[in-house]
Amino acid sequence: MRASLWRVFAIFNKELLQLKRDKMTFGMVVMIPLIQLMLFGYAINTNVKDIPVGVVDHSQTALSRVLIQTVQATNVVNFTQQFTSLEQAQRAIASAKVRAVLFIPKDVDNRLVQHPSVGLGLPESVSETVTRPIAQWLVDGSDTVIASSIKALRMMPLNELLDKPANRTFPTFEVTLFYNPEQRTAVNIVPGLVAVILTMTMIMFTSAAIVREQERGNMELLITLPLSSLELMLGKVIPYVFIGFVQLFIILGMGHILFNIPFGGNLAALALATLLFICASLVLGLVLSTIAKNQLQAMQMTVFILLPSILLSGFMFPYEGMPIAAQWIAQCLPATHFMRLIRGIVLRDVELLNMAMDLLWLFAFTVIGLLVAAMRFKKTLD
Amino acid sequence: MTQCVIKATQLDKYFGDLKAIDQLDLAVEKGQIYGFLGPNGCGKTTAIRMLTGLLQPTNGHIEVLGLQLPRDAEQLRTKLGYMTQKFSLYGDLTVYENLNFIASLYSFSSAERRTRIDELLHLYGLDERATQLAASMSGGQRQRLSLAAAVMNKPKILFLDEPTSAVDPQNRRDFWETLFDLSSTGTTILVTTHYMDEAERCHKLAILEAGVKRADGTPKQLMADMNAHVIEVSGAQTRQLKSDLANLPEVLSATQLGAQLRVLVRKDISQPLEFLRTQKFVNRDWQLHQVRPSLEDVFVTCTGQGRQ
Repeated sequence: MRASLWRVFAIFNKELLQLKRDKMTFGMVVMIPLIQLMLFGYAINTNVKDIPVGVVDHSQTALSRVLIQTVQATNVVNFTQQFTSLEQAQRAIASAKVRAVLFIPKDVDNRLVQHPSVGLGLPESVSETVTRPIAQWLVDGSDTVIASSIKALRMMPLNELLDKPANRTFPTFEVTLFYNPEQRTAVNIVPGLVAVILTMTMIMFTSAAIVREQERGNMELLITLPLSSLELMLGKVIPYVFIGFVQLFIILGMGHILFNIPFGGNLAALALATLLFICASLVLGLVLSTIAKNQLQAMQMTVFILLPSILLSGFMFPYEGMPIAAQWIAQCLPATHFMRLIRGIVLRDVELLNMAMDLLWLFAFTVIGLLVAAMRFKKTLD
Repeated sequence: MTQCVIKATQLDKYFGDLKAIDQLDLAVEKGQIYGFLGPNGCGKTTAIRMLTGLLQPTNGHIEVLGLQLPRDAEQLRTKLGYMTQKFSLYGDLTVYENLNFIASLYSFSSAERRTRIDELLHLYGLDERATQLAASMSGGQRQRLSLAAAVMNKPKILFLDEPTSAVDPQNRRDFWETLFDLSSTGTTILVTTHYMDEAERCHKLAILEAGVKRADGTPKQLMADMNAHVIEVSGAQTRQLKSDLANLPEVLSATQLGAQLRVLVRKDISQPLEFLRTQKFVNRDWQLHQVRPSLEDVFVTCTGQGRQ
């Protein structure tokens, strides 16, 4: 047992020395989380602003100009182009010069006068003119996020347009937003980034680990030495546990400084959840490493795991909104469980016991994965 | 009474349909330097890998140091040293770090480890290279490092797979001196090579071709038992003779060596000089001598048949 620990330590030591000399990999350990944090922290934003739109104004009145200004003032859209005809406008949408076009009909003032929000008293309900909106949006509906942002303009209040208090709308529900009252996307994204980046780096490093020894011819030597496959795997993997924690520290630390992400959680809980996730990812990488024949294949397999880890884990889209089959797949990925854990711990200071199933799953994944990897790794050359 | 440390009987190895080793029998005595001589791709490396437990034989029986392979491969690992054909230590570690890594895998105490590494560094002339990265060393230095790593645990048997392929002649001589030192302390050495001069240094030799053992014995014995006479023909314009002789069934091979043509004539021709002189295309002015066979001649007569 003691001798076995020494051998694990020997491999560990060797990996550290190699890592120290490999400036590129060493740099990636720090730069990957830093750059991706900046990229995603700033770039991923579900609060859409300044969508480029055009306008077809058939009325050409002071009213239509004020209407355009009022819409522009919402900051949701930005009027960049004027079109004279609807055909021209549609061509512009097709060629993606604008994402939507506001069509203002000739009789916009007439329509406005009859609009219920104006409060001139309701006309008779039999009149067909009652329900006519004052203008129309033509939208490139292929992007659902943009479409729904513009759809949200449908009920835009027209008070400012008329310079008078119009009929105020009273909400049916009162909404209280916990944990992220300002609705900043970064608050949700940054803790999730820990899961994505750890998935990427941990699996990438270890999936290449065994294959690299094979490619460089070192394996032929290693298997003639008194060293079991489990010892070899443990020794190769342990350095990356430390790297994982460095990355966690970088992402959450910089996230706090740059994006003002609150940290409400318990440090011990965070450490435990992260440790389990790192182990699960490393072991997954090892299993890939025993399957791959060369480093390129290992890299391809990493991407194969990484994409669903980004798209299905709840990082981008809420897990609950996915079809059942996709949820099953997501459940298999360590990233999904860690996504829940880290958001829970960092943002909601959740009791770890309430998330025991996720922890347990990560633990089981690690144990089973390690056995599979050790079994698959043969100490012969054929 | 000499004792066999490596014994293999009726060894076969297939890779798919390809027969890499065919019915190989082998017996290596303790303290011997045993050579595998053969052209590239003849199965030398495959044979070594089976004898070290890295490959499973398809058929046959292997016993190394009284242990059955591949069953006892794990037990055997602490008693073997193996130097691979390709440099298999870490290029991005220094000489000392490489040796330290190997040493720490054998359960040495840290004091033992340090003494042994210092001893090896000194023995193989690597003292001054201790802090140099292995990747930046010359072929000869790397080869000495590999050997130092292979003998780290003072193995009873040392397997060397083409150890001198990337090394200049002076280094090769020095290398063989160290092998004889090891052999004299009782280490059995199994070495593969395709250099004749190296093969000649071995105590015993097996000539392999296409996975089949064509001959074995001491170099002297092999040369004495050779199935051909060696005649050297010297004179002007002997170049054409080579192709003329090649058509004679009695001539096994003819090869140009400098100004001489070296002709191997079948042993059953009792008067080889007369035989050649009576050929119509042999010029009267040429001088013909019968000479002592070399190991290369043995190699050619053994392996010529199957060669395409």
